[in-house]
Amino acid sequence: MSTPSATLSQTDAHAVREITLAQAVREALAEEMRRDPTVFIIGEDVAEAGTPFKVLSGLVEEFGPTRIIDSPISEPGITGLGVGAAMTGMRPVIDIMFGDFIGLIMDQLANQAAKVHYMSGGKLNVPMVVRTTLGATRRSAAQHSQSLHAWVSHIPGLQVVLPSTPYDAKGLYKTAIRDNNPVIVFEDKMMYQLKGSVPEGEYTIPFGVAGIKRQGTDITIVATSSMVQVALTAAENLEQIGISAEVVDPRTMFPLDKATLIESAKKTSRAIVVDEGYERYGVTAELAAVIAEGAFYYLDAPVKRMGAMDVPVPFSPVLEDQTVPTPAALTELAKTLCGRA
Amino acid sequence: MANTKTPQPGLAKRESAPADPDLWIRMYQQMVQIRLFEEQVNDLYKTARMPGLAHLYSGEEAVAVGVCNALRRDDYITSTHRGHGHCLAKGASLDRMFAELLGKAPGYCRGKGGSMHIADQDTGNLGANAIVGGSAGIATGAAMSAKMRGADQVTVCFFGDGALGQGVLYEVMNMASLWKLPVIYVCENNLYNEYTHYTETTAGELTARAKAFGIHAETVDGQDVRGVYEEARQAVNRARQGEGPTFLLCDTYRYYGHHVGDIQRTYYRAKEEEDFWRTERDPIKLLAGWLVEQQVSDTVTLDQMMADVRAEVAAAVEFALAAPFPDVSEVDQHVYA
Repeated sequence: MSTPSATLSQTDAHAVREITLAQAVREALAEEMRRDPTVFIIGEDVAEAGTPFKVLSGLVEEFGPTRIIDSPISEPGITGLGVGAAMTGMRPVIDIMFGDFIGLIMDQLANQAAKVHYMSGGKLNVPMVVRTTLGATRRSAAQHSQSLHAWVSHIPGLQVVLPSTPYDAKGLYKTAIRDNNPVIVFEDKMMYQLKGSVPEGEYTIPFGVAGIKRQGTDITIVATSSMVQVALTAAENLEQIGISAEVVDPRTMFPLDKATLIESAKKTSRAIVVDEGYERYGVTAELAAVIAEGAFYYLDAPVKRMGAMDVPVPFSPVLEDQTVPTPAALTELAKTLCGRA
Repeated sequence: MANTKTPQPGLAKRESAPADPDLWIRMYQQMVQIRLFEEQVNDLYKTARMPGLAHLYSGEEAVAVGVCNALRRDDYITSTHRGHGHCLAKGASLDRMFAELLGKAPGYCRGKGGSMHIADQDTGNLGANAIVGGSAGIATGAAMSAKMRGADQVTVCFFGDGALGQGVLYEVMNMASLWKLPVIYVCENNLYNEYTHYTETTAGELTARAKAFGIHAETVDGQDVRGVYEEARQAVNRARQGEGPTFLLCDTYRYYGHHVGDIQRTYYRAKEEEDFWRTERDPIKLLAGWLVEQQVSDTVTLDQMMADVRAEVAAAVEFALAAPFPDVSEVDQHVYA
């Protein structure tokens, strides 16, 4: 998986290691906590337990329970605490164990965090990060499997980050923590063990800069988070039949790198947008509209969308697997779009 | 409509508070300032010179003034949709308040917030909030922040009886008690959740809700500014000394409707009830009476103060009416820092 060097804001000649996405998240948080004493993490089972996915394991041993804070099971409360702490000199990281739980915290996000800066005429800031998850196929059923990033992407004042590789996760997290606005980071819980190259040195990845995950000339596949791996697998399938697919990962839903999406679609003249959120009124609709509006006269086919099926995520594996876009389905759609079906 | 208790006219007998005549005079002036500010707001509404609505604080002045005088300038408050009194008591200026209510550029939020969202970091005001109970998290987070930063700042969270129906309040009170956060929850029970008497919506004893979390809770006559001040002072001391949160239940009354447009109110409360509070339980009259009785001041002096404040309010509203609107290019500024 390639990452364009242009997106490296800073780097050095240190060794590049293969680490997991979970390790990359943990490294970013630990480095920022060492760098800035105002950064702290609060959430359910974040300390000794290190979260159910063990992403934060070891942090409480280094930073202690005053900076890695186990909270009651009170998502609105801890998010509200985060808003107030952020307004008064701290940089909280709020851990929301499952993305499905953002239903509980939407007032704190949409009515409080997102609006404080604007409503105060620019005087107050909310430098807060919410880390949470997305993604199905973990057999966790309807309330622990959704990808709800579209909900917060809709709200002016929020920034939404979807890392798809260990490298991106680390660089984006460091930017998120240093940013003076509320940021929600969605981690795909099926990708925590995904390994990738991450340099040891300091680097950040700016928001609003898409990553070209694979270069191609015949069709653009815009993919987010969990769907980047799906798109890369599909691209390999397509290559075997002579179709060159470009895989573009916007990396941040907002700010959105519209230019890169449009330029890629202009170059290839075909585009598919794939995302694990529900297809209906989802992220795919917004990204497809951006491409349709920006590249219309260059397109040889309508922009196509693939999202999660518009059903609550079912438990039974045979049912759940029907709901998420797969490499095979994406490959077929791309072939159709290229007149090769 | 079930009143759980019958309010009594006048002030309860109690020990005289510490003798600082200047402090009581200042509180009198501040209460008058809030009262006359709100009367002017109502007038701006009725004469169609103010966009939108406003929720007037008249009748509840002793709560904001008593509590905020127990605070330092760098202490924090969070406020409510009925927040003008809190903002003024914490030190906001009349002219910029009016300007914000009129959506003008010199307003505290450059006209972006309006009546329900006034914030002023220079006076520790983290903002009024139009979501009932919406600032409970912010206030508790500010208290947590002060503790983490090693500052001795205290945060006051003002909210009304209506917020007692919001779950997030109990979530953060739980954490404030667990972690001994320097926060004071000031519940202004003005008897009405918008248009519904609180006894129709709120089960049990109100302070018992805080006590269940191990939070020190007191009930105070919210029309007696000296009593409010004394309880607030003790709560602030406890918070600064690391002894954790306090819940202060202030029994008070809202003279006007839920908002300025709520004119026909007899379907939810009797005219006689309103008259009783205005004549027998008015916080300004009660303090004035005490000041005269204690010979701290006299009616001529107090009347002159009121006239002076009235002139200040008139000048401030003139300033705001004459002030420019923000340039339309500001509409998409301040979405992101």
